[in-house]
Amino acid sequence: MATGTTERPPSPDQPGGVRAPGRAAIKARHLRTDRWWVQPTATVAGLMAFIIYSAWRALINDDYYAAPYVSPFYSPCLGSDCVDMKGGPNFALFGDWWFMSPAAIILVFPLGFRFTCYYYRKSYYRSFWASPPSCAVAEPHKTYTGENRFPLILQNLHRYFFYAALVVAAILTYDAILGFRNSDYEWGHMGLGTLVLWANVVLIWLYTLSCHSCRHIVGGRLRHFSKHPVRYRAWGWVGKLNARHAQLAWASLISVGLADFYVFLLASGAFDDPMLF
Amino acid sequence: MTTAPTTGTSTGTGYTARFKVWRGDAEGGGLEDFAVEVNEGEVVLDIIHRLQATQAPDLAVRWNCKAGKCGSCSAEINGRPRLLCMTRMSVFERDETITVTPLRAFPVVRDLVTNVGFNYEKAREVPSFVPPEKLAPGEYRMQQEDVDRSQEFRKCIECFLCQDTCHVVRDHEENKQAFAGPRFLMRVAELDMHPLDAAADEGLDRKTTAQEEHGLGYCNITKCCTEVCPENIKITDNALIPLKERTVDRKYDPLVWLGNKIFRRRE
Repeated sequence: MATGTTERPPSPDQPGGVRAPGRAAIKARHLRTDRWWVQPTATVAGLMAFIIYSAWRALINDDYYAAPYVSPFYSPCLGSDCVDMKGGPNFALFGDWWFMSPAAIILVFPLGFRFTCYYYRKSYYRSFWASPPSCAVAEPHKTYTGENRFPLILQNLHRYFFYAALVVAAILTYDAILGFRNSDYEWGHMGLGTLVLWANVVLIWLYTLSCHSCRHIVGGRLRHFSKHPVRYRAWGWVGKLNARHAQLAWASLISVGLADFYVFLLASGAFDDPMLF
Repeated sequence: MTTAPTTGTSTGTGYTARFKVWRGDAEGGGLEDFAVEVNEGEVVLDIIHRLQATQAPDLAVRWNCKAGKCGSCSAEINGRPRLLCMTRMSVFERDETITVTPLRAFPVVRDLVTNVGFNYEKAREVPSFVPPEKLAPGEYRMQQEDVDRSQEFRKCIECFLCQDTCHVVRDHEENKQAFAGPRFLMRVAELDMHPLDAAADEGLDRKTTAQEEHGLGYCNITKCCTEVCPENIKITDNALIPLKERTVDRKYDPLVWLGNKIFRRRE
C-alpha cells in the first residue's frame, strides 16, 4: 500500500461497514446534520399513495369510461367484458376466460416500465429498501449483492418494457385524439377532459422518450457519433430530456392518476364535462 | 449556542466556530472539540490549518493544491463526503458545530488521513487504452463529437469521494474485492466509448468485463457518486447507466446479439 499500512480482512464476528476494523472509530451510523430523511419519506408517501389509488382503481373494474374519454388505466381494454367505447381501444384479445379487471392486463406494461426505470430504481432502493437510505447514511442490511442475482437481475429487461411503453403511449395518444368528440361521438368538439387527456399523454411521451434505455437505443450504443449524424442529433435531444427524467417521472405519474380520476368523476356522475366547443 | 464575539480582523466579520475533529489512528480515536477563529472567505481546510498552527500541531491532514484540483483533501464534513478546500465556511450557520472526520469507507492512517490504496489496486485492474494497430502515436484523428463523452470523465481529479460514498463498499467491506467502484467503472465506460480503443480487436470486451470482472451488477444506481462529485461529472447518468445498457446489449438482449451477428456490425 502507498502508505505502508495493510487492510485487515473482515471477520464474521466483527462489525462491518463504516464500523469495520481499521476504519475511523466512530459509533454513529452517520454524522449528517441535514434533514436527509425528508426525501426518502416523501418518496414512500408519494409512491404508496399512487400504488394504493391505482390498485383500487384497477380492481373495481367500473367507472372507467365516460364518452368520449377512457381512463388511461383501462386502455387498451383487452378483456371481452369491457364497455363498448365506440371506436375506442377495445381489443378483446383475452376472450371470455379472463375473469379479473381488464386493467390488470395492460397495467403490467407501464408499471413494469416504471418499476425497472433507472430513476424509480434509485428512488425505491433508497426509500423502501434503505439501500442506502441516503448518501453516507449506513444501510441496515448485513449483506448486499446488488443487481447481480434473481430477482433484481431482471431489471435488465427495462428496454423491453420501454418498447411496450411506446405502444401504450401510442394508444393513449389515439385515446386523446378520440377526445375531440362529444358524448354523442360527433367530431370537432373539445371538453376539459380533452385537455386532461392531452396533458397526460404529452407527459407520458416525454417521460417515455427521456428513458435511459431510449437514450442508449437512439444513439448511446454508438462509438462514432460522427458517422451517424442523425442519431447523434437525436441522442442529444433525448439527452436533454433525460436530464429531466426524474421530474418527468413524477409529473407523468401524477398526470396519469389525475386523468384516471377525472374520468372516474365523469363516469360516476359527479359532474358533467365542461365543453369548450 | 451563542455566537462568539468577532475576533477583530480587518474585515470585522471574524467569529469563533465550534469544530469536532476526529483524532486517532487504526487502533482507536474519537471526536475532539475545538473552538477556532474563522474569517470571511475561508474554507474548512483553512480552519484545519489554523488548528494545526494554534492548537493541534500534530493534527494529520492530507492536502496539496487548495484549489479543488488535486483531490487530496477529501474528508467528511458533517457526515457528507466533501473536499476540505472547496467547502466554504459561509455555507454553515455560525452557531453550528462542524464535524470533520476522515473518509469512512477506507482504513484510517491517522486523524484525517486515510489509506486509499484500495483505489489504486482497482485502477490497476482496469486494462488500459489499447492503441489501434495501424496508427502510430501522433496519427490519431478523432472528431470532437466522438470524444465528448470520454472527455467529461477525464475531468475526474481522483478525490475518491465517489468511492467513499458508494454504499456497495462503504457499508460492505466484503464487496471490495469484487466491485471496482464508480470511479473505475467510469474509467471502463470512458475506454469503451473511446473512438480509437482497440481492446475488442485484442479479444477484450469491456462491456462484458464491466459486469464480470469489475462488478457493475453491484451498482444499484442510487446516484450518491454523482451527488458528491466535486467536478460535477454525471457519473451515474453518463457513465454507469450507459455502461449497464452496453452490458445488457452483450448479455441480456438476444435481439441486439442477433442483429450484431446478422449484420456483422461493431458499434
